[in-house]
Amino acid sequence: MLQVTDLAKYYHGQPVFSGVDLDLPAGRFQILLGPSGCGKTTLFNTLTGVIPKDAGTITWQDEPVPHLGNLCAYMHQKDLLLPWFSLMDNALLPARTRGKDMAAARDRAGQLLIRLGLGGYEFHRPDQVSGGMRQRCALVRTLMFDRDLILLDEPLSALDAITRQRQQHLLLLLQTEFAKTILMITHDVDEALLLADDIFVLTPMPMGISRQIKLDLPKPRAFDDPHLLRTKADILAHLVKGEAA
Amino acid sequence: MTRSGLIAPGLIGLILAGWEGAVKIWAVPVFILPPPSRILETAVIQAPQILPHAAVTGAEICLGIFLALITAIPLAVAMFAKPMVEKTLSPFLVASQAIPVFALAPLLVIWLGYGMASKVFMAWIIIFFPITVSLLQGLKSCDPEYRTLFTLMGASFFKTLTLLYWPWALPQFFAGLRVGVSVATIGAVIGEWVGAQQGLGFLMIQSNARLQTPLVFAAILWLAAMGLILWTLVGLLEKNIITWKS
Repeated sequence: MLQVTDLAKYYHGQPVFSGVDLDLPAGRFQILLGPSGCGKTTLFNTLTGVIPKDAGTITWQDEPVPHLGNLCAYMHQKDLLLPWFSLMDNALLPARTRGKDMAAARDRAGQLLIRLGLGGYEFHRPDQVSGGMRQRCALVRTLMFDRDLILLDEPLSALDAITRQRQQHLLLLLQTEFAKTILMITHDVDEALLLADDIFVLTPMPMGISRQIKLDLPKPRAFDDPHLLRTKADILAHLVKGEAA
Repeated sequence: MTRSGLIAPGLIGLILAGWEGAVKIWAVPVFILPPPSRILETAVIQAPQILPHAAVTGAEICLGIFLALITAIPLAVAMFAKPMVEKTLSPFLVASQAIPVFALAPLLVIWLGYGMASKVFMAWIIIFFPITVSLLQGLKSCDPEYRTLFTLMGASFFKTLTLLYWPWALPQFFAGLRVGVSVATIGAVIGEWVGAQQGLGFLMIQSNARLQTPLVFAAILWLAAMGLILWTLVGLLEKNIITWKS
């Protein structure tokens, strides 16, 4: 569905990343795993066209495209909810900004809010609900983009450990229930192991993909699955080695 | 009321009492410095005489605020939308504030006459600047990550403006408006000093010439009260519009 070849971005002549290749088949959950500050967000901004790319091609359903700006939905580490709108109005933003049929959008947003456990809170303001609920509302808004590809930029890293575990299941729903194709970046090894079909381990400065790991275990997965634990040790060793090199 | 809330009224009371006492003890003539009790008395008893003047000044201020709003808002938005506009206009904006209104006042009376127009214009010049600057600052302070979100939602500039930038800038807009209304009285009164047939500034000049000092002070008291009312109204409006916590 999505192919990226030889993507590069330079700042002052120095590569932030170069030669990045991705191949994302429909319905797959791929995770880019790397340390903080290695240029992951720059990669996403380049993919979505927020900043221009310096080299490389992006192919979407066998057609070359300049960027994915109007093809993907996007969810950020911050919930980015507007404090002056209710959860419902926040969920309706993508429909409103694109001039869609608001009555239909309202129905769908209402269903999604209930599905993600926000029933009864539709008309609360973001400051009246918990961080986890805000993040779920951001997830509803992401679904309301109505796009097949979803980019997740460390969507859970602002949450506490307990809330985060609950939200991880919700992220799985994107794949299992809503049949989305997902590209996510994170620095959390456990999160990557629980969610991903493919993990790409990133090296910093300049960022590059140093390793690809396929995980064909059924989901939801258990933390203590021996195969996951082995893979985790393997990845951590690899990351530390990369750091030292 | 909390203890700290009592400090300001207490201090004012103390100053007024000291003033009242000093004037009595040293037998200062009323035409030089009337005691506060006399000022208050004049402000109340002479109210029928003061009221029409206060109404004129009030109307000038309100018209000035209205004009300032309908010019400052589009101007700030235009400067925000097009950096070219900001670059071109900001020297003029700064110049409009660098020239003291006092210097312009006599000219404005020549150009716009002794009526309300010259005073409204003066109030407008003074008010629109803080509103424009703070609104522009507010629009610019929008978190770039929200902007990215709106870009990816395919939002037009107008949609982004109404749904994101404008509400985002509202607290700063109100801060500017509050500064604007608190200095608005200055513009109107200076205009009236230079040449007018009515208004509190006119009343002050007239009474001053006749050594009716209590009336001068009473006019100032009325002016201060009007400023305070405007300030409070803006505060109430802000509280009713900005109901969310950022």
